[in-house]
Amino acid sequence: MIHKYDAVIVGAGGAGLSAALQAAQHLRVAVLSKMYPVRSHTGTAQGGVCAALGNHEEDSPEWHTFDTIKGSDYLADQDAVKIMCYEAVDSVYELEHMGLPFNRTEDGRIAQRPFGGHTNNVTKQPVRRACYAADRTGHMILQTLYQQCIKHNVTFLDEYQVIDLLVEEGRTRGVVALEIATGDLHVFHAKAVMFATGGWGKVWQITSNAHSLTGDGPAIAMRRGIPLEDMEFFQFHPTGIYRLGILITEGVRGEGGVLINKDGERFMERYAPTIKDLASRDVISRAIYLEIRAGRGIDGKDYVYLDVRPETVNKYFDLDGKKNPDGTPRRITPADIEAKLPDIADFTRTYLGIDPVSQPIPVQPTAHYAMGGIPTDTWGRVLLDGVKTVLPGFYAAGEVACVSVHGANRLGTNSLLDILVFGKRAGIDMVRYCKESDFAPLPKEPEAFARQQLEALRSRPVGSERMADIRRQLQQTMMDHVGIFREGPGIQQAVDTIAELQARYQQTGIQDKGRCFNTDLLEAWELGGLLDIAQATAVAALNRTESRGGHYREDYPKRDDQQWLKHSLIFRNNGKLELRYKPVTILDYPPTERVY
Amino acid sequence: MKVQLKIRRFNPETDQKPWWGSYEVEAEPTDRVLDALHYVKWYLDGTLTLRRSCAHGICGSDAMRINGRNRLACKVLIKDLGPHITVEPLLGLPVIKDLVVDMQPFMAHYRAILPYLVNDGPSPTAERLQSIEERDRFDDTTKCILCACCTTACPSFWARPDYIGPAAIVQAHRFIFDSRDQADEERLAILAEPNGVWRCRSIYNCTEACPRGIQVTQAIAEIKKEMLVRRT
Repeated sequence: MIHKYDAVIVGAGGAGLSAALQAAQHLRVAVLSKMYPVRSHTGTAQGGVCAALGNHEEDSPEWHTFDTIKGSDYLADQDAVKIMCYEAVDSVYELEHMGLPFNRTEDGRIAQRPFGGHTNNVTKQPVRRACYAADRTGHMILQTLYQQCIKHNVTFLDEYQVIDLLVEEGRTRGVVALEIATGDLHVFHAKAVMFATGGWGKVWQITSNAHSLTGDGPAIAMRRGIPLEDMEFFQFHPTGIYRLGILITEGVRGEGGVLINKDGERFMERYAPTIKDLASRDVISRAIYLEIRAGRGIDGKDYVYLDVRPETVNKYFDLDGKKNPDGTPRRITPADIEAKLPDIADFTRTYLGIDPVSQPIPVQPTAHYAMGGIPTDTWGRVLLDGVKTVLPGFYAAGEVACVSVHGANRLGTNSLLDILVFGKRAGIDMVRYCKESDFAPLPKEPEAFARQQLEALRSRPVGSERMADIRRQLQQTMMDHVGIFREGPGIQQAVDTIAELQARYQQTGIQDKGRCFNTDLLEAWELGGLLDIAQATAVAALNRTESRGGHYREDYPKRDDQQWLKHSLIFRNNGKLELRYKPVTILDYPPTERVY
Repeated sequence: MKVQLKIRRFNPETDQKPWWGSYEVEAEPTDRVLDALHYVKWYLDGTLTLRRSCAHGICGSDAMRINGRNRLACKVLIKDLGPHITVEPLLGLPVIKDLVVDMQPFMAHYRAILPYLVNDGPSPTAERLQSIEERDRFDDTTKCILCACCTTACPSFWARPDYIGPAAIVQAHRFIFDSRDQADEERLAILAEPNGVWRCRSIYNCTEACPRGIQVTQAIAEIKKEMLVRRT
């Protein structure tokens, strides 16, 4: 079946919905999502979205810009960061006008809390910049944007899995999608296509990411010759629930929580003397691993405690001299924890049987966020090379994209901001593009490549090996060798293992041969993408012989601006990967040493 | 520990009617039911079909009936159920395949209550002000993840699928009691219709089923009360 829309948006998280709200006012738009929109992973974001509103204390978009660039270890493109941090303020007000139920200050304004790496640039101390709705800020953003889409009659096609992007002769022509309920392939003929498909945390074993986060968008794009940028930079969030990887928001530390090793020591004092437990995520994740390596994990195991018990927090408030605006000592009570961190308390009670008011929480770093992705400019237009050549009609925004505002390490809360600002900008530019352009004709047999991929999976006989075995080995290999600490021989081993897994994948069949809601088929198809994404990540990581942000090479432990102040671009041509590089945009902030 | 899983199966392409599949799974007591279902799907029978995504009780994908109660499979642990676990699709919605039900009727009820802020006044340049107390008034109902556990646990909904159901009422509550919203009259009128709040018999199944701990029956009662107060 062939459908015709001006624009097709793939993915219905914050970026896709922000774009849809802009575009649907002027164009015929369809939003395709492999899940119901309210299931999207934006909904699991917890702690807040940063904007320099200054509702509690002095703050400025300029400070936000600098913090983001410093957090990125100077790999972010400074023009893009500036746009994001200056547009942040209006984006948050706009969400409030749409109805987002932010927590409030005593005088009725949006409440803000401290978050990692966000500082007062003069005092160097944490600043209250993260606007929050308890610890379900992402849930409220997703709900609010979806509500507005309903209000504005946006067309949704729920549970459609996009399999292929139609590009020919340098122009975007649409997508091919599988209707999950029926197994039918649909061709969507469009002038513009936007990918807002999110991240790929499922490449790793311990991850905060949903099962759905398999990097479908970038895998599809790479198969169509589009490069991926900065794939070696993937963020490990310091505080995942031990063994499960479920996210425990940085907001816990924003409210005063501290990390503790087996000796009861608040060890971040040694690694980041100025802002301690609110240093940026790469710094803290490495510190946790170093503590574990030194035998200071709890019971000698591979985790530490996140302690938000009021007696602990208040003790460190006093030691740090933390004060309320009226000069009284800062305090936290059990009631504050229940009110400001209710979901965190629920998670630890449900999954660990632990009450955070009276017990510390066992945590370990968890694969969390892709800084890299499909390269775009600041209007979401996908770029094909290092000299800003646009692929007309193809857009990307959100975690799937690399603008790059996060560089080598993203600051907490900036992902929610990224989806709002660049989702919207992509929507605006799609309107411009669609008004100026005609439909490019569909290729001959547009669904052929998609059908071929699915039929290959369906027709292979079921052997002794399971897709799940391949996936598990991939995740283990990436965890062991392309995780927080990396070194050349280990990464090379991962590259070799992935190649072997790819070969085995080609020999492995599935059990469900049906058409109706065949998730066996879809999981197998997703695994193909995961393997490709992992390969790109490992190859890019092997090539970058320096340490920067989330990419830490034990054999090259220093940042090397001389050689490596540049973005990587990885291309896939006939199954072979090729790396190129492009310069970083530096405006006001030349790289300096990064100390917290 | 060994766990016996009994799963209600139905594939419209091959089955005339639903049947029970039995599976033995080795699981940790602290595993989620979702982990056990994944084990079945990944290693025993790839045709087992379910929805799931975040696996920690936030996305709302994996609502199903587990040992006779509506739960999220990712938010109930094996140790809380013991070695015999029965899993069925939600009641009251058409089954598409195995544990996957058609969510469209549920979403249609949600859409019917104008699930978005209505405020036609001019927007200030900064935020609209709202006191902490005003914000607290509707805090509980903002937690709803639209998983459908409540609505499909409701006998009134089972009896009459046209009943708008607790989830849609919870969503309406979230706006009716938001000081910034101006469409409370319209929403109350929708909910006063025959398939609105008065179909609720205060059975409390919804409250027990809610994985987010929302006081659903209380929210419905608050709306009923609001209608009565405004009528007088």
